[in-house]
Amino acid sequence: MTVVSMQTIAGKPAGPMRRALGRFFSNRAALVGLVIFVPMLLAVVTYPLWWPYGPNAIDLTALNKGPSAKHWFGSDGVGRDVLARLLQGGRTSLMVAVVSVAISTVIGFVVGAFAAFGGRFVDGISMRLVDLAMTLPPVIFLLVLASIAGTGIAPTILVIALLSWPVLSRMVRARLLELRERDFVVAARGMGAGVGHLLFRHGLPNSIDIIVVYATLQIANAVLLEAGLSFLGLGIAPPEASWGNMLNSARSAAVLEHFPWQWMFPGAALVLTVLAINFIGDGLRDAFDPRSDLN
Amino acid sequence: MLIYLLRRAGVGLLMLLALSVLVFLLLRLTPGDPVSAYINPSAPISPEALAELRTRLGLDQPLPVQYLAWLRAALTGDFGYSIQRGGAAVLPLVIERIGPTALLMGCALVIAVVVGIATGIVSAVRRNSGLDVALSVIASLGVSSPAFLTALLGLYFFSVLLHIAPSGGMLTPGVPFSFGDLFAHLILPACLLSIGYLALIMRYMRASLLEVLNQDYVRTARAKGVKEFWVIVKHATRNALLPVITLIGSTIGVAIGGAIFLESVFNWPGMGLLLVNAVNSRDYPVIMCATLIIGACVIAVNLLTDLAYAAIDPRIQVAS
Repeated sequence: MTVVSMQTIAGKPAGPMRRALGRFFSNRAALVGLVIFVPMLLAVVTYPLWWPYGPNAIDLTALNKGPSAKHWFGSDGVGRDVLARLLQGGRTSLMVAVVSVAISTVIGFVVGAFAAFGGRFVDGISMRLVDLAMTLPPVIFLLVLASIAGTGIAPTILVIALLSWPVLSRMVRARLLELRERDFVVAARGMGAGVGHLLFRHGLPNSIDIIVVYATLQIANAVLLEAGLSFLGLGIAPPEASWGNMLNSARSAAVLEHFPWQWMFPGAALVLTVLAINFIGDGLRDAFDPRSDLN
Repeated sequence: MLIYLLRRAGVGLLMLLALSVLVFLLLRLTPGDPVSAYINPSAPISPEALAELRTRLGLDQPLPVQYLAWLRAALTGDFGYSIQRGGAAVLPLVIERIGPTALLMGCALVIAVVVGIATGIVSAVRRNSGLDVALSVIASLGVSSPAFLTALLGLYFFSVLLHIAPSGGMLTPGVPFSFGDLFAHLILPACLLSIGYLALIMRYMRASLLEVLNQDYVRTARAKGVKEFWVIVKHATRNALLPVITLIGSTIGVAIGGAIFLESVFNWPGMGLLLVNAVNSRDYPVIMCATLIIGACVIAVNLLTDLAYAAIDPRIQVAS
């Protein structure tokens, strides 16, 4: 989609997608976000090609050593390289975030769509469920769910996915309720379009902007949730590396006091990533909002 | 107004009931037999004794019956017994944790509201200045850094490097109670807890004030020759505060979430620490009771915010 809309056809006025991209690339904060995020993503994905240490490889000559030319970010209590663990942790954290957001986006869209198209009864039931899910602080729900699901990558993905769909479903519902009354949808219905056609030919393209923005911002949120869970020892369990469980090691006073590189680097990576994704998400939101041209 | 109040309270109660059903079901869905929590794993137990125990605990009944039995007991204040803490009654265990958490959150909230609104005003009035940009960047950092990370950093700088704050707990053990001691333990976690919330309030205050400053009545006030200071304070800020009040109510959950991490880093004896420990040791009666009490607090705060909003904003007519 990006490639197509980037092509300019002489004399043709720019389409909405192209104008949105133009707005996105003229947004300074969003560009900063990209400049931070893209190299980080590249490093996380390609690190086994250029970094000599594995996340669980043990170097007995370097126990709790500070940053050096050999281990750029130092090493931990059993001689594992902190940079390698940080990069592997980034893989885990981003993977958990992306997969859980993908699942919750699907749930959110489907629930929102059913609430909007399924009649008053379905609408009432599903929106009360959403109300209920939004009553409790997310972290509390997270704890309750985590106590049931246990630790590990799959349960963590499940817990975060189950937690984050309600807000999206409400936004999708609002958009589709409005869309339902529009002439082209009424016409499609009149011509006998089924629910599937209505949802995926009309509903999805017309709510793609909220879905993209929501999903982007929610990835940042999911990274934080995963880190929080792992920090409390309820998310990704060691020896698997994640930013949260690397920070968890700082709960021991010795690590906190004497080996700050073991938790400060993952902490910084976490904040930078979340900040960058938030900037990108805010940029996308402004870019998709046609009113923002007026300001 | 009274009818509105009663209806809202009724809805709140229903939500609480639904919440209890949800949590009850979730905790019953856990893998493993709930009865196993009550037996000593190292002592052998005969199948008959196991069946008898199951009957005594009511675990052989269908789920709705179990729920109603639990609800009946809960309404009389009997939330069962902690599995982990040698069978202590759950309710007093949870109740005694409310005070410390309320203290911590209250202080953090006051700091966040006062500082957040003040910096938000400064940021909006001096918009696009260096100060505004700096404050916005700090706010973005504040929103993006999780509570446990700010807690760790705060602990590292103020307790480990500078030695000016105690490293955890609420009171120094073995020392008679004094407010100075409590304050010394309170100030660091409260400030750290307020950061995320403060950043949120600041952003909202800035956006809301900028919107209000474009209104006609502000232009009128300026045209009348009202001093800029009074335009900001009396005309603009009062109206700009309205959305911020809703924000405070609707994001109280964020603050509770942050409090859980702060309590667990600083060993603060509050609800969050209790809940985290209970989750770690799968102490389900405690999880259930703590969750419900937190849920009740959130519902109550939301109700209060709505009422405060209606009382402050004369444009809102409460339909009765």
